[in-house]
Amino acid sequence: MKNSNIRKLLMDRSIEGKVGATMPSIDVPLQTLPNKKFLRENLAMPEVSENEIVRYFSSISQMNFSIDHNFYPLGSCTMKYNPKLNDDIAGFPGFNEIHPLQNIDTIQGALEIMFDLQNILAEITGMSGTSLAPMAGAEAELAGMLMIRAYHRNREDFKRKKVIIPDSAHGTNPASAVMAGFEVISIPTDTNGNTDLEALKNVVDASTAGLMLTQPSTLGLFDTNILEVVKIINSNGGLIYGDGANLNAILGKVKPGEIGFDLVHSNLHKTFTQPHGGGGPGAGAIMVSDKLIDFLPDPIVTKDKIDKFDLSKPQKSIGKMGAFHGNFGALVRAYSYIRTLGKEGINNISEDAVINANYLRIKLKDTLDLPYDRICSHEVVFSAKTIKEKYGVNALDIAKRLIDYDIHPPTMYFPLIVEEALLVEPTETESKETLDEFIETVKTICEEAKTNPNLLHNAPHNTPNTRLNEALAARNPKLNWRNTIEEAN
Amino acid sequence: MPGAKKIMVNEYQSTYSPNTPKIKKQMLSDIGVDSYKNLFSDIPEKYRFPELNLPAPTSELDLKNELSKIANKNSTPGDYSSFLGAGAYRHFIPSVVKQITSRSEFMTSYTPYQPEVSQGTLQAHFEFQSMVCELTDMEVANAGMYDGATSAAEAVLMACRVNKKLKVEIVGTVSPLYTDVITTLTQATGIEISYNNIETILQNNNDEAPACYVIQQPNFLGEISDLDQLKLLSNKNNALLIVISEPMFLSMYQTPSYYNADIVVAEGQPFGVSLAYGGPYAGLFACKKDYIRQLPGRIVGETIDSKNKKGYVLTLQTREQHIKRERATSNICTSVGLIALMSTVYMALQGKKGLKYLSELCYHKSHYAAAKINNLPGFELQTNNFFKEFAISCPIPVKEVNEYLHENKIIGGYDISNFIKNGMLLAITEMNSKEEIDNLITLLSQVKPL
Repeated sequence: MKNSNIRKLLMDRSIEGKVGATMPSIDVPLQTLPNKKFLRENLAMPEVSENEIVRYFSSISQMNFSIDHNFYPLGSCTMKYNPKLNDDIAGFPGFNEIHPLQNIDTIQGALEIMFDLQNILAEITGMSGTSLAPMAGAEAELAGMLMIRAYHRNREDFKRKKVIIPDSAHGTNPASAVMAGFEVISIPTDTNGNTDLEALKNVVDASTAGLMLTQPSTLGLFDTNILEVVKIINSNGGLIYGDGANLNAILGKVKPGEIGFDLVHSNLHKTFTQPHGGGGPGAGAIMVSDKLIDFLPDPIVTKDKIDKFDLSKPQKSIGKMGAFHGNFGALVRAYSYIRTLGKEGINNISEDAVINANYLRIKLKDTLDLPYDRICSHEVVFSAKTIKEKYGVNALDIAKRLIDYDIHPPTMYFPLIVEEALLVEPTETESKETLDEFIETVKTICEEAKTNPNLLHNAPHNTPNTRLNEALAARNPKLNWRNTIEEAN
Repeated sequence: MPGAKKIMVNEYQSTYSPNTPKIKKQMLSDIGVDSYKNLFSDIPEKYRFPELNLPAPTSELDLKNELSKIANKNSTPGDYSSFLGAGAYRHFIPSVVKQITSRSEFMTSYTPYQPEVSQGTLQAHFEFQSMVCELTDMEVANAGMYDGATSAAEAVLMACRVNKKLKVEIVGTVSPLYTDVITTLTQATGIEISYNNIETILQNNNDEAPACYVIQQPNFLGEISDLDQLKLLSNKNNALLIVISEPMFLSMYQTPSYYNADIVVAEGQPFGVSLAYGGPYAGLFACKKDYIRQLPGRIVGETIDSKNKKGYVLTLQTREQHIKRERATSNICTSVGLIALMSTVYMALQGKKGLKYLSELCYHKSHYAAAKINNLPGFELQTNNFFKEFAISCPIPVKEVNEYLHENKIIGGYDISNFIKNGMLLAITEMNSKEEIDNLITLLSQVKPL
């Protein structure tokens, strides 16, 4: 019953005549409608009653794992607790109902929050200016790359066409650099997990526009070569972009601007708890040093002598990143989060996140391979290489088996440079008790790999679907209810 | 301090970090270090542990009080009647939308990379794609973009990939809020953008075909373009026709497929999403199936599992940045899932009849208002054929009109003086009662040149 009914799509639930919402009355005299040839004949939307819709969406929601229900140690994604208070504050009518094109005098409160948040993020990252316009981390990367391009062109240096990116980077880094017109040069990571300095020196020249570096890296390691990296790039006239995806690891521990980064973005949905929403919305703030302030995306919030706030376009701005001023709802949540924690709480985030990750590292280093055996930051990368060689069970099998224990799998097969990678990010909001349970579960699963490998190969066992055929989905795309497939049995 | 016997942690306890200082000391001892500071020794010493100049922690009660005061500094539609649109519209949002989208299972889950534990999100995305296809009458839709403007910019990039050309023609009056974003996102690609009106393009037969024509229907000033002309445009050459539209309009009027559009994009906000000072919103993106491999963004597809049961997965991922890196169709990494879900629930609730009814209601109200305003001395209707939004010219500068309206608890229309002298763009939806509209008209009748 559960599966057959729950999986029935809205269109298959539709019965002519049912209504899902009440309609407001027509209080004006009826006007002449346009000629029929201008109007659409049919709108094939479902007809389902309100209570049925509520039960449908409530039921399908329960097929999800979520932070509020499960430990979700998805490496590189910072799945921490999303405080409920933030949602309430973002829902204040004075924030939630205001129109983006209202006159400046009528939205001073909104601008005040944005102005404060700009300054707070600049303070945390050691930068001079912030734009909150990008609507996601990837959009902030693109903004940053466009600013690097604009900076060099403004100096009439048109040769700088290359951006260097380590092979451990997120896929968005090279994709963003290309959208900004750059050629991507990939460089390897050394055996300790740091930037390979020799490789870097070999590719840096007068055509280098800059370097994109995630610090700490996607391996969960703070690059100890950082000062040399900065020196090599700077001495060649390039700029250094910091992918702030892992900012959670360094809040109050180091300011990227102070060690030589020229730009850094922050994924407000990671570090500053905008809920992930099953894949967005996010928000990406971009912070820059003095020399790039004039190029920031439009708008930034400014304050004049009489404390009046305004939206301003920086002098040499790369332009608008969206129709309006960024994902304001996410900005309010980030602001509320930062203000709740304050200086002391913000300092604790990275301390607690790093303790949790290192605790997992120590407790599981004899169970899984640890490719980089050194103190890690907020996440730790393990490998299932040995287990695979011994028992034929791979990282995917272990990940899927974790689901049977109600734990969301870690990030698998990323970073790409680690074989059979399992990237585990516990975050600071998990208790030692939860971590201990996780440790025991991983040990149990690795034991099962030895004694009953099929249990892992066929996992998960108790989910609405067993492993899904992704190849079939791509080969024969069924992307809407006009062309769905019949269930095969 | 390193070397000291006592294990060192921060003593501050925040509500979101469950491990107490005592527990943390035990964990550090298991890790084998004396102080949390040892865990940060990879950071160059000179730059380690900078001072953070931030305010002190604030309690929930204090923060709510403080921020509620700040929120109240804004003039909020609801307290004010509002006639502002220009790309973001105030429509009624049924209670169910917020209740469903506030469910933790939807709100606090990640992108559905692990389909076995994300079927709720995936099935909802599939419903979204399906309804966007119905609304736009297109063959395929993705799971959502950042907003309508970035959807338009991505459509331009996609058309240039499909036709392997770098020339783009923006046709007629497209929102400057959208063309600004198209300009930003194409500035480094070599794409050349030109602006023309449709008559000029249709008359000129010698030009080389661009990668695409971009139109807005209805256009920025609310004008609905002639469908036969649009047919001619779409059939003129092999350039793709990109249509920027609006979901409530699409619920009532002839769909872009009628004039053979190739890509349809729209701001999804009017369907169940709060104005929220401009975001987060969700961009709709739909097209003909021929271009499926060039689509940007997340796409959910139906498949079967190892026991032959139907289920959903993210699909065609070889287009995307996490697989293709520098060769991806876009750097986008989100589908704005929760916002797309708001629109999904909204469309489910309104259904076939509700969307038709609501769109016609907007039509009746806006046409009622427009006719009355057109009769006021000094005011003139500037849009001939419109749906819910229209342009007027005022006898005095719009800024002054709006100041007067604001004093009387009305947020007036958008100032379009750079398009029309003393021009104002007014949007009227089901949220504007006849009483509000009549009040607006009374106040406008009091506006006279000095």
